[in-house]
Amino acid sequence: MASVRASIFTQFERVAKEQSKALAPLSDDLALLDSGLDSLCLAVIVAHLEDELGVDPFSNAGDSDFPVTVGDFIRFYEDAAT
Amino acid sequence: MPPRDGGSLWSAVSAAGHLSQRAIWETDASVTLGDLVTGSSLDGRLEELRGQSVLVATEEQVTAALALIELDGIARRLVLCPPDLARQHVSAVSATAAVNALVSDLDSREAGALGIRPFITCSPRIAPAVLERNTRHETEWILLTSGTTGLPKMVVHTLSTLTDAIKVGIAPADPTVWSTFYDIRYGGLQVLLRALLGGGSLVLRSVQEPLGDFLIRAGRLGVTHISGTPSHWRCALMSSAAHEISPRYVRLSGEIADQAILDHLQAVYPKAEIAHAFASTEAGVAFEVGDGLAGFPASLVEQRRAGVMMKVEQSSLRIRSGRTGLRYLGNESAPLSGEDGFVDTGDVVDLRGDRYHFVGRRDGIVNVGGLKVHPEEVESVINGHPNVRMSLVHGRKNPITGALVVADVVLRTECGATEARAGGLEREILQLCRASLARHKVPAKINFVPALAVAATGKLMRDRA
Repeated sequence: MASVRASIFTQFERVAKEQSKALAPLSDDLALLDSGLDSLCLAVIVAHLEDELGVDPFSNAGDSDFPVTVGDFIRFYEDAAT
Repeated sequence: MPPRDGGSLWSAVSAAGHLSQRAIWETDASVTLGDLVTGSSLDGRLEELRGQSVLVATEEQVTAALALIELDGIARRLVLCPPDLARQHVSAVSATAAVNALVSDLDSREAGALGIRPFITCSPRIAPAVLERNTRHETEWILLTSGTTGLPKMVVHTLSTLTDAIKVGIAPADPTVWSTFYDIRYGGLQVLLRALLGGGSLVLRSVQEPLGDFLIRAGRLGVTHISGTPSHWRCALMSSAAHEISPRYVRLSGEIADQAILDHLQAVYPKAEIAHAFASTEAGVAFEVGDGLAGFPASLVEQRRAGVMMKVEQSSLRIRSGRTGLRYLGNESAPLSGEDGFVDTGDVVDLRGDRYHFVGRRDGIVNVGGLKVHPEEVESVINGHPNVRMSLVHGRKNPITGALVVADVVLRTECGATEARAGGLEREILQLCRASLARHKVPAKINFVPALAVAATGKLMRDRA
C-alpha cells in the first residue's frame, strides 16, 4: 500500500504549498490538527484523493472514528481502498 | 415567554435565577451575570448611548455579548459588526444604519480609524454601577448577512423576533452550560440568547484559540449544550480533544446536516440528543429536527407549528413566522418577504418518501464550511484570464467542509484540457484567483470543458442541484 501513503504525502505537500501553510514533518504519530493544515486544506486533500484513488472514506465511514493522526488518515484510505 | 412585552435583554437576564453561579467565559475573561446586573462594562458611559444607533464592533465575542445585554432597550439601534467585515464596508454599513456611536474593545487608535464618535470602550472588567435602566426603546438589532459579494445585507430584527423560538425559564435543576463553535455575531447569537434566557452559562471561543484548546476548556467548564455547523463538527471529530466534552445536547445548523455526520456525532456522544436546526438571518429560527435523521419530516410543511408556517414553492423552502427579520435596512426596494409574508430561503428541497432533504441553493450559492460563495464573484475573476471564454463555478460535495468550489472553464483557444494543463493555464487561473479571492472561494479544481449550457434567458444554466 505504499502507493496510497505516497499519494497522501504528495497531496499534503502540494496543498500546503498551494495554501501557503507550513507543513510539519509528516509522521504517523503527527496529529492532523498539528500538521499545519486547516479544515479547508483537508477538504481539498480529500477531494484530490477521491479523484486519484477513487475513494472517499469520510463519506462512507459509517460510525467508525474519524482519523486523528496522519497514521490514522493513511489507514483510513488503505482500508477503504481494499 | 420571551420578553416581547417591551422588556429588555438586561431585564430578562436580571429576572433569571442563580445569577452569581452563571457566567460568560472566554480564555482571558470570565464575567459573572450577577456582577453584570449590578455593574457596567461600558466605562460608566451607558447614558451617552441612550436613543442612539450604536455600532458594536469588537475583537472578542465576550465584549460584544456584554454590550448587547447592556444596550438592548437603551440604544435605538444595535448594529452587530461581524468579525470579518471588511474595513471599507464599515463606513457604508454605518451610514445606512445612521450610526452615531461606537462601542468597541479595540484600542483608541484602531477604534479611531473607524471614524465614529463618540467611541465608548467595552471591557470584560465590570465596574460596579447604579444605573437607571428604564428602557424606552424596542431596540432594532441589525444583523449582517455573511458571504455576500461586496456590501452585506442588513436585516432588522428585535429581541422578540430573535428569542421567539427560545423557551424562557429560570435556571433548571441541572446547570446548563452552552457553547458554540460559531461566532455570536453570526449563528452563535441564538446560543448567546439561549444561554442568557434559558438560565445557563456560556463558553465562547476566543479569537485565535486552537480548536483542541477550546474543546479542552469547554470540557473543563462542563459544557452540556454545544452548537456548530456540520463542518465545525467534522473538524472537531478529527481532534483527539473531541472526547474532552460530554454534552447532553449537540446542535447543528448553518449547513446541510447529512446522515454521516449525525451518525458520527451520536456514536461519539452516545448520551447526547443530536439535533439539527434550520435558521437564517432573514428567516430566523424555523425548526429543529431531533429524530437523528437527515432532512425533515414532510409533515412540518403547511402546518402551523409553534407559530411557524412553512411551504415549498418552486422547490424552495419558504417560511412565515414571528421570528423572521422585519425588513432590510437601506434596501427598501427589495422586500425581505413576499406579499403573503413568507420569506423565500432560496434553499432547494427535494421530497423523498415522507421527508424533505436539502439539496442546495437555488441561486447557486456554495456553502464552504459555513462561508457562502457567490459563483459569479469567482467566475468574474476566472473570466479575467485572457485565455478564458467563460466559466461556471459550482459546488462539489465534500465530507469535511460540506462543499468546495470547483470551476468548469471554456477556453478561448481550441486547446483541449491536457494541453491546458501542460500549458500551465490551470496554475495561472488559480494564481489569479488566489490573488484576489478569499481562500474558501478559490476553486479546488478546474475542469476544462468544451462548452457550457446557456438558458433561453441568455444566462448560464446553474440548476445542478
